[in-house]
Amino acid sequence: MKNLIALLLLLLLSFGVAASEGIELQEANIDLSNNASLQRGAKHFVTYCLGCHSIKHIRYLRIALDVGADPKQVLKDIAPEGANIYDQLHSAMNAHDAEKWFGTQPPDLSLIARSRGADWLYSYLKSYYVDPKSPRGVNNLIFKDTAMPNPLWQLQGEQHAEHKKNIWDDEYIKLIIKEPGTLSTGEFDIFVNDLVNFLVYVGEPVQLERQRIGKYVIFFILMFLVVAYLLKKEYWKDIH
Amino acid sequence: MKPSRITECNEWFLARFPLTKLWNEHMAHYYAPKNFNFWYFFGSLALLVLVNQILTGIFLTMNYKPDAKLAFDSVEYIMRDVNWGWLIRYMHSTGSSAFFIVVYLHMFRGLLYGSFKHPRELIWIFGMLLFVALMAEAFMGYLLPWGQMSYWGAQVIISLFSAIPVIGDDLSLWLRGDYVVSDATLNRFFAFHVIAVPLALVMLVFLHIVALHEVGSNNPDGIEIKDSLDPWGHPVDGIPFHPYYTVKDLVGVGVFMLFFATVIFYMPEMGGYFLEHANFIPADPMKTPEHIAPVWYFTPFYAILRAIPDKFAGVIGMGGAIVVLFLLPWLDRSPVKSIRYRGGIYKKALMLFVISFLVLGYLGTQPATPTATIFARIFTAIYFGFFLLMPLYTRWEKTKPVPKSLTTVHSLEEQLPALIEEITILKPASTEIGHTAFKGSSFTRSPNPEGIKNLISRLVKNAIGSLD
Repeated sequence: MKNLIALLLLLLLSFGVAASEGIELQEANIDLSNNASLQRGAKHFVTYCLGCHSIKHIRYLRIALDVGADPKQVLKDIAPEGANIYDQLHSAMNAHDAEKWFGTQPPDLSLIARSRGADWLYSYLKSYYVDPKSPRGVNNLIFKDTAMPNPLWQLQGEQHAEHKKNIWDDEYIKLIIKEPGTLSTGEFDIFVNDLVNFLVYVGEPVQLERQRIGKYVIFFILMFLVVAYLLKKEYWKDIH
Repeated sequence: MKPSRITECNEWFLARFPLTKLWNEHMAHYYAPKNFNFWYFFGSLALLVLVNQILTGIFLTMNYKPDAKLAFDSVEYIMRDVNWGWLIRYMHSTGSSAFFIVVYLHMFRGLLYGSFKHPRELIWIFGMLLFVALMAEAFMGYLLPWGQMSYWGAQVIISLFSAIPVIGDDLSLWLRGDYVVSDATLNRFFAFHVIAVPLALVMLVFLHIVALHEVGSNNPDGIEIKDSLDPWGHPVDGIPFHPYYTVKDLVGVGVFMLFFATVIFYMPEMGGYFLEHANFIPADPMKTPEHIAPVWYFTPFYAILRAIPDKFAGVIGMGGAIVVLFLLPWLDRSPVKSIRYRGGIYKKALMLFVISFLVLGYLGTQPATPTATIFARIFTAIYFGFFLLMPLYTRWEKTKPVPKSLTTVHSLEEQLPALIEEITILKPASTEIGHTAFKGSSFTRSPNPEGIKNLISRLVKNAIGSLD
């Protein structure tokens, strides 16, 4: 019996090890209460992403209300010219052209943070490297042969992939910036992090509200539980 | 004195409808054994979750659009633009997983205490029909958000029917209403999910409870409380369901809601198990996801399907894994019901069965690598072995004598003071010199390593001993 249990535990352990392979993702620092970061992220999104990617499930007004910005300010600083505060974040590119240019239609990014995860997005945006063999001149370490060109290359600079070996002689790829961009590495990390933070917010705008309400609901249920328990104790005191 | 208007209305109504009789028969004068333990909360909790699903479901249909072009966006509309829509949707999505957790524990209770045995075979059959209806309900509901996993999950499961010889292809075509999962499929699944299956579920719940109240509830001792009656004709070991079990179940409801609310407000995706990550991508018939896995509550059966090399045999295996549960009352030949009086073989077999169910559930979420497939085969064999060898091992094993009336087992709550006494040591509160004598009445408790060691070794001994 004991041997059997030990064997089963060993099996489960080996599954766990086998499941954790693949390239390690870098950790994004997500803080949805950081309004400044969300505002910067929204601005970055409109500047660098909205050309191709829509986020049709949110409106400028909702963003303004949630990140604590004045709607007028949002229209002036964040939204593209001519946008209305009630507009959803639609992209200007039409689907037919997109298909022709990139071979695929750039997906709507409303829920990308929920399907891919913040760390994946953060690592993905940082892992472009120059690849002359690829039709777009760049490739990505996290998402091989991605159809998306690197929209942030001017900021990050030219990144190259170098094959290296570690002390156990395993080959791995290291990304090195050969020509610096307009942002330093630290600034670029913050830039990408703000963008990802914004996408995580967009994935589920109600997150903070949900966690705030949750405390009251759980407190109420605890009170209910105390009353229910005392009631049960009172009724059951003569049952033996 | 002239009777008041309300009393008159009351009498008028009661003369025409047996409300008092129904209430008494099923609540106030329904005698339930007095020794229900933890495992007996899950029946009433299943009912609670059913009500939750129906109520939140009604509100969801008010804004959901059963249309392949609109479905995905309408769910996001509910999540963002409908007031409290996110809460209703999370209550519904968490509720479906909670339903299966509660129902699996409820069924496990049946295995523990032999609740499926004579004279409760029919309750078990109704319960199994409920389980099948619940699986159909969950499967069809999962298509409605029209995400990638919804779509491809449905595609995989419906294509299983095409493995049936001769009629297979036509049958799966008939089920889908199209050559691939499409708008036609979505519409019919919506119809089934929203009205047809819920009606069946409610009717089956009614039958399940009527059958239960006819023969009476089983209990952790597995003895019939109706065998010993008091002079008034009530079971000696029984207590009226209301108020005793209504107030007790309220405590269970509170604990359940605590967990339920924690998931809804703090982890609605439950790490990708309750809401799968890939389902946040709209369904795309042209792009198959790398890894298709059903929601967690189907994965044990999915693992059995994949474990069997031949597709049709796999379908038979998966169906058989459910059909064999229906036969349980006739597979079990033991003279006793409760695990308390069974021999060691059943206890070990049940333990192996639970492990195999959990491991199969885990394997079903993982890609089918060759090693994983071998393990899935081993545990599939154990799963079926538990049932198919049951007529043999339940007949062979030596059972313990069953008492005439219910035994009392002290609840943890009653044992707690003694336990605290055992694992702690009483010391006078350490104070400054000179004051000790006066403060002799204040003591502090500190952990007692000896007591803790004794307790742990006793628990281990009990756990090992309880297997025989």
